[in-house]
Amino acid sequence: MGGLVDWLLAALVLGAAAWTLAAPTGFAAVVGFVGFGLLVTLAWVRLGAVDVALTEAAIGAGATGVILLMAVVRLRGGAEEVSAATPGRAVMVAAGLLAGGVGLALALAVLALPDPAPGLAAAAMARRGELGLGNPVAAVLMGYRGLDTLLESVVLVFAVLAVWSMAPDRRWGGIPGPRFPRQEAGPLALLARLLLPIGLVIGIHVAWVGAEAPGGKFQGGTILAAMWVLAWVAGLVQPPAIASQAVRLALVAGPLAFLLAGFAGMALGEGFLAWPPGLAKPMILLVEAAMTLSVAAALALLVAGPPERAA
Amino acid sequence: MIGALQGLGLLAAAAGAGFFLAGTVGLIRFPDTTSRLHALTKADNLGLGLVVLGLLPFAGSLGAALKLLLVWGLVLLAGGTVAQMIAARVRGTEPGA
Repeated sequence: MGGLVDWLLAALVLGAAAWTLAAPTGFAAVVGFVGFGLLVTLAWVRLGAVDVALTEAAIGAGATGVILLMAVVRLRGGAEEVSAATPGRAVMVAAGLLAGGVGLALALAVLALPDPAPGLAAAAMARRGELGLGNPVAAVLMGYRGLDTLLESVVLVFAVLAVWSMAPDRRWGGIPGPRFPRQEAGPLALLARLLLPIGLVIGIHVAWVGAEAPGGKFQGGTILAAMWVLAWVAGLVQPPAIASQAVRLALVAGPLAFLLAGFAGMALGEGFLAWPPGLAKPMILLVEAAMTLSVAAALALLVAGPPERAA
Repeated sequence: MIGALQGLGLLAAAAGAGFFLAGTVGLIRFPDTTSRLHALTKADNLGLGLVVLGLLPFAGSLGAALKLLLVWGLVLLAGGTVAQMIAARVRGTEPGA
């Protein structure tokens, strides 16, 4: 029974991927991509990786889907530019062969693993108590591969900078994205007013329980960003100018707190990003809180896009 | 061994799956956007409601059961809103536009 469900799920994932590649319009492709992401989420749940499933649903399907949708809308009316930037058939075939080859090699490598697969899970589980984190995934992300997690947080800042760099010089420092009219009545106005408080609580909850159960800063931050986007499209808030110090501080607060905690590890512990014993849990919680803010700010700014209006 | 409540839960979940199937058939077969929305909201509202109802006996704790109900409530809210917005767009009566 379980095996049948897994085979069906695998077939659906591949079908959704093929449908997305063959989709006639950009909009249809994005819809297919979001459906593909949700099916991959189910696959991660079947594999028992609920943390990864939450991240895939929030960032892979949700946030990326919205960013791609905004890109599709922006590309309307730019047919010449789009066709000039679309690669030729030879490049597409080469990219397809390369991706297929990598996928095949990965599949063979996974199938060639001995059963049970070798790993460091037992060693990681044995020492996670020292960090005071009940969720083994959070313990590994913050304790064993803190440097990776720090760099992931920095990458988000660079992604926002890359989007901002798309603006012409005269718009630098301005307000990103289109301006939406304020909805006083109608379904969107109702949704924005009803869902915002619930979503804020759920976003903070998901970020907070990450220490003990599946969840965390990236998943919770994405929900918070989604609530800001909802308030924005309902016209309840306007995006801040990118020259604003508050926006820039929110964007770098997480990486900055992470770096400071890393240097504190050099002063108090065994080295860079080594959590000092006894202080590990409170320091990790502070870093995670700052990271949640920065992830939310970065994703919201990625959706809003480059500055388009003078402040 | 399955208790009577769990048995009822399985029946409710199966009925919910039936609504999803009917809603999907409607989504594919119905001729225009508003009819398709009509079919889709049945799957979202009633189908998911029955599935959630069916899962309640398996929830294990009151907190988990309340979370399941919250999921249904949020889907009702989001699905209803999006259906209204798409329908308004189709009929050209978008508020604020």
